[in-house]
Amino acid sequence: MKFLPSSDDERAEMLAAIGVGSLEELFGDVPAEFRTTRKPPIGRPLSEIEVRRDLGSVSARNAHARSHAHFLGAGCYHHYVPAIADQTLYREEWLSSYTPYQPEISQGTLQSIFEWQTHLAILTGMEVSNASLYEGATALVEALLMASRLAKGRHRAVLSKNIHPEYLETVRTYFGNLHFEVVEVDDGDLAGACDSQTFAVAVQSPDFFGRVRGWKEARDAAATCGAMAIGVVAEAISLALLSPPGDAGLDIACGEARSLGVPMSYGAPALGFLACRDAHKRQMPGRLAGETVDAEGRRAFCLTLSTREQHIRREKATSNICTNQGLMALASNVYLSLMGKAGLRETAVQCASKSEYLKEKIAAVPGYAIATGGPTFNEFAVRGPKPAPEIVAALAEKGILAGVPLSTWFPEREREFLVAVTEMNTKAEMDVYAAELSRIR
Amino acid sequence: MKSRDEGLIFERSRPGKTGYSLPPLDVPEKVAIPEELRRGAIDGETEVSEVDVARHFTRLSRMNLGIEDGLYPLGSCTMKHNPRINEEMARLPGFAASHPYAPESTSQGNLALMWRLERILAELTGLARVTLTPCAGAQGELAGILMIRKALEKQGNPRKYVLIPDSAHGTNPATASFAGYQVKELASNANGRLDLHVLEEAMTDDVAALMMTVPNTLGIFERRIGDIAEIVHRKGGFLYGDGANFNAFVGLATPGRMGIDVMHMNLHKTFSTPHGGGGPGAGPVAVSEKLAPHMPVPTVERREDGSFHLDADRPESIGRLRSFSSQFGVLVRALSYILSYGEEIGEVARNAVLNANYIRARLADLYHLKYDAPTMHEVVFSDKRQAEYGVHNGDIAKRLMDFGFPPPTVSFPLIVPGALMIEPTETEGKPELDIFVEAMRTIAREAREKPEIFAGAPYTTPVRRVDEVRAAKNPILRWQARR
Repeated sequence: MKFLPSSDDERAEMLAAIGVGSLEELFGDVPAEFRTTRKPPIGRPLSEIEVRRDLGSVSARNAHARSHAHFLGAGCYHHYVPAIADQTLYREEWLSSYTPYQPEISQGTLQSIFEWQTHLAILTGMEVSNASLYEGATALVEALLMASRLAKGRHRAVLSKNIHPEYLETVRTYFGNLHFEVVEVDDGDLAGACDSQTFAVAVQSPDFFGRVRGWKEARDAAATCGAMAIGVVAEAISLALLSPPGDAGLDIACGEARSLGVPMSYGAPALGFLACRDAHKRQMPGRLAGETVDAEGRRAFCLTLSTREQHIRREKATSNICTNQGLMALASNVYLSLMGKAGLRETAVQCASKSEYLKEKIAAVPGYAIATGGPTFNEFAVRGPKPAPEIVAALAEKGILAGVPLSTWFPEREREFLVAVTEMNTKAEMDVYAAELSRIR
Repeated sequence: MKSRDEGLIFERSRPGKTGYSLPPLDVPEKVAIPEELRRGAIDGETEVSEVDVARHFTRLSRMNLGIEDGLYPLGSCTMKHNPRINEEMARLPGFAASHPYAPESTSQGNLALMWRLERILAELTGLARVTLTPCAGAQGELAGILMIRKALEKQGNPRKYVLIPDSAHGTNPATASFAGYQVKELASNANGRLDLHVLEEAMTDDVAALMMTVPNTLGIFERRIGDIAEIVHRKGGFLYGDGANFNAFVGLATPGRMGIDVMHMNLHKTFSTPHGGGGPGAGPVAVSEKLAPHMPVPTVERREDGSFHLDADRPESIGRLRSFSSQFGVLVRALSYILSYGEEIGEVARNAVLNANYIRARLADLYHLKYDAPTMHEVVFSDKRQAEYGVHNGDIAKRLMDFGFPPPTVSFPLIVPGALMIEPTETEGKPELDIFVEAMRTIAREAREKPEIFAGAPYTTPVRRVDEVRAAKNPILRWQARR
């Protein structure tokens, strides 16, 4: 087998050194009744050429952003990933190194995490970020759990209904077994839903329907009852143009940073983030890289504040998460470093401008209307003349992935679909989009 | 590895430099967002060129040790070679550029891949179904325990406790606690195995599950697992198998037959995904028929016409654990790896166990073995004999770096004081193992002859011993612009 490097002679020498006659003798502790008697029905081992053919033909059955004009978002956006971001990941010292528990052989990973933490703190307007979390929905869960520790003794979380529905579902799964109450309300009712038992108020901006709401409602509602204000960001590119949660006085920012250098990959692996005020850093879950010195006084980095974590605190840990998204955070660090101050802003302005263009084009198509009221960043809901899945299916036939039907989560919105526009969309394909839409009545 | 001289990327920044390029905006510039909702310039962000970025990340990379630099003996973490073909497969545009909410009729490739992987994992575990949803092993644990909770709730009582042997991973107790359970720890016996009398006593009507790692974190197989399952089942509880060490017997024996009701697998360990400096991984969970209705949403299902779809409408599900469906990119890598081995997948376990036993045989005269039980895929020594000279496992770890090796796991299992947990994995050959063995033997000699050198180790790494206490006492967690 090509990935197993020992020759038969070497294996025989090793067995002799161990003092056994056969490999099977090493499995003496596994009772015979549990042993498999036949080979698993997976087929013979495939050569690299055959693996390539097999998975190549599987992948070719998908429509995707390089085969179709792409307008899908809803928490997963198609942004440009510069060549250097992915190519950096191919260096084996990045790709295959371990979690940096031993700092002396992990300075590269540790410094990269430290830099990513800095980027995310800057973008969110917060003071501290952790080293990344699984993805957006679980990042919101961790933010809420963190808030519950900070506002000890309280048991109620107030969440905006306009947060990504799958984030809300995830919160319900986690909190369902932890004796917390989760209340989901319209944004206008946030303050009214707060009471002395409320530990957190969370809103998303731009919200799931694309509307830029800002953070004022959450901040003010939280302030009335002494709760933590949490800002959720599902489209991190928006942070380059919009007032970030930290600047608006929120306590915790969380969400999804995949837009910053990580491909869509059918939704994952993604890149969750969590940032907060300096005063709250000891309640932050997951990994953190910190600056220190080595024995010779030179700058060095290591993981720190780990006394909050599962490997030390076991059942009293702040979270059961045991990892972060190291490689994705590296890609994101490369992306953010390269795009920098000007590139991030330019990307965000292009997203917003192109989105406005398509919005106007669609609004002019008879039978169609923009269903998201108020300002939007790069995404908006469209109401069409017939059920959205039909419209989307018809446009897919024309080489356009047109949008995400809202009926998936909101049965009453059967004629609406979410349309996202990024710097990757061209004027020409938006013109075709509008023209094709006008043929569906 | 080179010595450290690389500043932060922020310190390379100079006003006016750019590394990015985008096409000119081909529509009128228009930002229709009120001023009060907008931010000014992104103060503090970088202004660097692409060359700056290329050199910076290349230099930083040289301060890391990866698996292709040599053997990476981290027990329980399974640092094996990651075939490059997997990386290319995950990056096929049909996978990497696909969107989770594209119409199902246009995502049949992805859905077929998930279905196929599920069937293979079900076959290898001998269990009915597999949820591919969890983001990591630890989230797989949570999914598994929540499914148990749901099944017990359905019977009228979720119960109160989860039993966890003292040889377990730290995530196990944290997970049980996050599922709303109290943890009862079970002491291992003198052979490093679960004591059946201790289990009998602890296994009451109030216990939801026994959470057990097989082989356990000592690298020892629980040979009486059939009896263990029976004790747990007799009281109406579930046997949770922590499958972090599945690579010890994959393809050779099936957990389902052993009586395990639910088991998570760390795809990145047993199959392969590069560790990436700490993620991403994936933690699918295999379950028995009885627990299958409670799998998290969405599941992948096949229609009568052979087409696939995601099913989020499962009334008895524990609910959703994340956005979208799965760690899809990791699933692609796992399938690519499995296809390369095919029905010979058991060779993974055979060679992993051979290599661990070889290291055991070559080092047992110098390093203490607390438990005399047969070794599976990893072997846990202790520093007992070196401690006589004042040299402890942490010192051995630091010194090993001077020989070009990352250290073994030294933080657990907690039941072996001074643990040195070594897992060579199947992708090492005898010459590499011999180099590592020689380094460990030299270190044992140094401990006897010149123990004073350990205090200053490591000597040859990009930085010398790092002051972790200072980092925790006075945390500096980000770069700040000098004003």
